[in-house]
Amino acid sequence: MENIEQRVKKIVAEQLGVPETDVKNESSFVNDLGADSLDTVELVMALEEEFECEIPDEDAEKITTVQQAIDYVSANLGK
Amino acid sequence: MYARIAGTGSYLPEHILTNAALAQRVDTSDEWIASRTGIRQRHIAADTESTSDLALKAAERALLAASTAPEEVDLIIVATTTPDHVFPSTACTVQDKLGLHGFPAFDVQAVCAGFVYALTVADAMIKSGAARCAVVIGAEKLSNIIDWNDRTTCVLFGDGAGAVVLKASDEPGILASKLHADGRYRGILNAPGHLKQGQVEGSPWIYMDGGAVFKFAVRALADVANETLAAAGVDQADVDWLVPHQANLRIIESTAKHLHLSMDKVIVTVDKHGNTSAASIPLALDEGVRTGKIQRGQTVLLEGIGGGFAWGSVLFEF
Repeated sequence: MENIEQRVKKIVAEQLGVPETDVKNESSFVNDLGADSLDTVELVMALEEEFECEIPDEDAEKITTVQQAIDYVSANLGK
Repeated sequence: MYARIAGTGSYLPEHILTNAALAQRVDTSDEWIASRTGIRQRHIAADTESTSDLALKAAERALLAASTAPEEVDLIIVATTTPDHVFPSTACTVQDKLGLHGFPAFDVQAVCAGFVYALTVADAMIKSGAARCAVVIGAEKLSNIIDWNDRTTCVLFGDGAGAVVLKASDEPGILASKLHADGRYRGILNAPGHLKQGQVEGSPWIYMDGGAVFKFAVRALADVANETLAAAGVDQADVDWLVPHQANLRIIESTAKHLHLSMDKVIVTVDKHGNTSAASIPLALDEGVRTGKIQRGQTVLLEGIGGGFAWGSVLFEF
């Protein structure tokens, strides 16, 4: 079983169409990985589906980097 | 007995507004609009053209395609969110312009889901015996409520009309339909203005929270499509064509992905028409039929979602 970090990075790479090697923990979706506003919505939806959770809009707005996504999922998984 | 689509028709106003032309009005670009929405151009009605004028032309073309004389018609339903007037209904105006009178004619207001709502109502009226030959129209002059200074919304919409002739038939037609609404989400997409004491109170322009609409739309559309297929006992793999509401190419692609449908099976007109609200599905359906993609006997799934929120899906054998 892959860990949360690997799963998050894989989803980010798939959704944003970038090589997984470009997806660093500190990468910003918009500034480093070229995401636009709809990409970030789709990314949140993909995370919700992968981890079977619901990410409220006010939380989703604060997830702007790969590390923030990993932290959010780690903190909220299995709640 | 079934309600069967006997013919389709559509009408687009002559004037085409390209992304490049819009970029001269507001701070935007062809690249920005196309990459986020898939839209390259939209048609804009003339000052003198009203929603009922667009609806009339689409209806006449649908009647011609169905080889149906106007005198056979015994029901007109117009789906529109930009009616000619507060009242009478646009459907009554279209009835008169067709030279007809006496039978029921009314509008359905479910914004971008309007056409699937109207088709579902017409199907039920035909199955109950209340009508035998319905003209169901989606028509919009959205340019009336577009704020041309708001670059986030003015690039998205266009004008146009599409229609079908729906007849009672022993041959298969509409197989299933499902409608939904959730008024809790009315705040993320609306045009709140209304007439009060001779003035417009509230904003008369379209407002949209794009990200929230996107997320809601993709999930709701996939769910309602699957619900409709299940009601008819039809598998996703047996759908020949998906004719989605044409709001945004990325919503269409994401919905198709959730339904495991290849984009080769999806009719796309958003690039040429923009979002024409209630008109977009019958416009796309007519294009699919006239270009020879959609053939008699094939299974077609329509789906639409819009302000309200209101959404729905209709499955039929063409």
